[in-house]
Amino acid sequence: MTPTVAIVDYGVGNLFSLSRAIARAGGQPELALTADAIMSAERIILPGVGAFGACADELARRGLIGPIQSYAASGRPLLGICVGMQLFADSSEEFGHHQGLGLVRGAVRQIAPRAIDGSKLRIPHIGWNELMICDPAETRLFSGVKNGTDVYFVHSYSIEMEQPRCVAATCEYGGYTLHAALEHGNLYGCQFHPEKSGVAGLAILGNFLRFT
Amino acid sequence: MKKIRIIPRLDVKHPHLIKGIHLEGLRVIGDPRQYAEKYYLAGADEIIYMDIVASLYGRNNLIETVRNTAADIFIPLTVGGGIRSVADAEVLLRAGADKVAVNTAAVANPELLGQLSRRFGAQAVVLSIEAKRRPGGNWEAYTDNGRERTGLDVIEWAVKAEQLGAGEILLTSVDREGTRSGFDTDLVFAISSKVNIPVIASGGFGGPAHFNDVVQHGSADAVAIAAAFHYGDVQLPDLKRHARASGIAVRQMGEPV
Repeated sequence: MTPTVAIVDYGVGNLFSLSRAIARAGGQPELALTADAIMSAERIILPGVGAFGACADELARRGLIGPIQSYAASGRPLLGICVGMQLFADSSEEFGHHQGLGLVRGAVRQIAPRAIDGSKLRIPHIGWNELMICDPAETRLFSGVKNGTDVYFVHSYSIEMEQPRCVAATCEYGGYTLHAALEHGNLYGCQFHPEKSGVAGLAILGNFLRFT
Repeated sequence: MKKIRIIPRLDVKHPHLIKGIHLEGLRVIGDPRQYAEKYYLAGADEIIYMDIVASLYGRNNLIETVRNTAADIFIPLTVGGGIRSVADAEVLLRAGADKVAVNTAAVANPELLGQLSRRFGAQAVVLSIEAKRRPGGNWEAYTDNGRERTGLDVIEWAVKAEQLGAGEILLTSVDREGTRSGFDTDLVFAISSKVNIPVIASGGFGGPAHFNDVVQHGSADAVAIAAAFHYGDVQLPDLKRHARASGIAVRQMGEPV
């Protein structure tokens, strides 16, 4: 049977591309607009684009924060993409202070506009960057994905997870090590956009489709 | 190491992919969707779609083309042409675009950049600048495919746009556009050294040497290429091999599935 994925549709992001990428990776995408749709899903993707605060406010306005927290506690697979992963954190400093979902310990902070050597650093971090997989033997999300694969990033803020074991992959930008992916029990996250990362991204989405 | 992005630029006059010289004298090339998919499979890092007649007529024919294209390419897609408002941008983003490029409407109402940035994030907002060299050695921004003067100095406009919320600049040299005679590297350097957001150099690519020049001397973060790809002068994998051999990092492509 084709594995299904419910994409949380709360009015942000490019859900069309994500749906198409899931279909290409062998899954059946559905849009989840309500608490019921979230609670009954086999697996969920929480997308997110733009400002953390706007995304968090929109989830709250639609009454979806509690349902996503309950879903996460149910043990079924949850993948956050870009700001969707950042929302897993406790809080963000983007455009003021905002509360996150509190699914992982950590905070979302702005990438410094200066590289570690003091030179100018372009923000947002836009473009293809190499994924450094923390534990290639153990990772589930990056199973079959070559260490050093290029994936597509677009972000000005970055999640800093407190627990190193949650960090599944990193990338290097301006001399800083940024947390690029998360694996923690049933929780998965990508700071990059798998739906925009060509064949490598489709392989990562394909891995997620196999999780139960 | 930063990867320099190679971005095929498709100028669209619905429903055709077209190409001109200095953004004029348009000639039909083919079906934009087929070209976009071909470039995706060949290793393009992004795709840019510009509806080059939209702002003349104040309407947007691009939505259907965007949706058809986004369905089969899994790399970022920037769409520009005729975007006047947050609502216009939202329609295109929902149709599968990842970023919107604005020129005319941002010149008329610079606050639009801030509105777009607050709503969708700066990463989704590309300021498109059509630059023409002035006799004095600086550049003036134009709109409507290099036809309408704005009176704006390109450097000042780029700096202001960054402050207002643009996340990226698509910098087209009208003088070089479609000529395949090389980028206006001075222009690219003048902007990329003044702003902290990525600059996509556009207009003039004719061969790999031009790519090296605009990256190494213009500090371009990305390079948009139209005519030389559409007419088959240069193939994407060859350009990437050339870049790597020159010590310029570009994205490695996985195997197609």
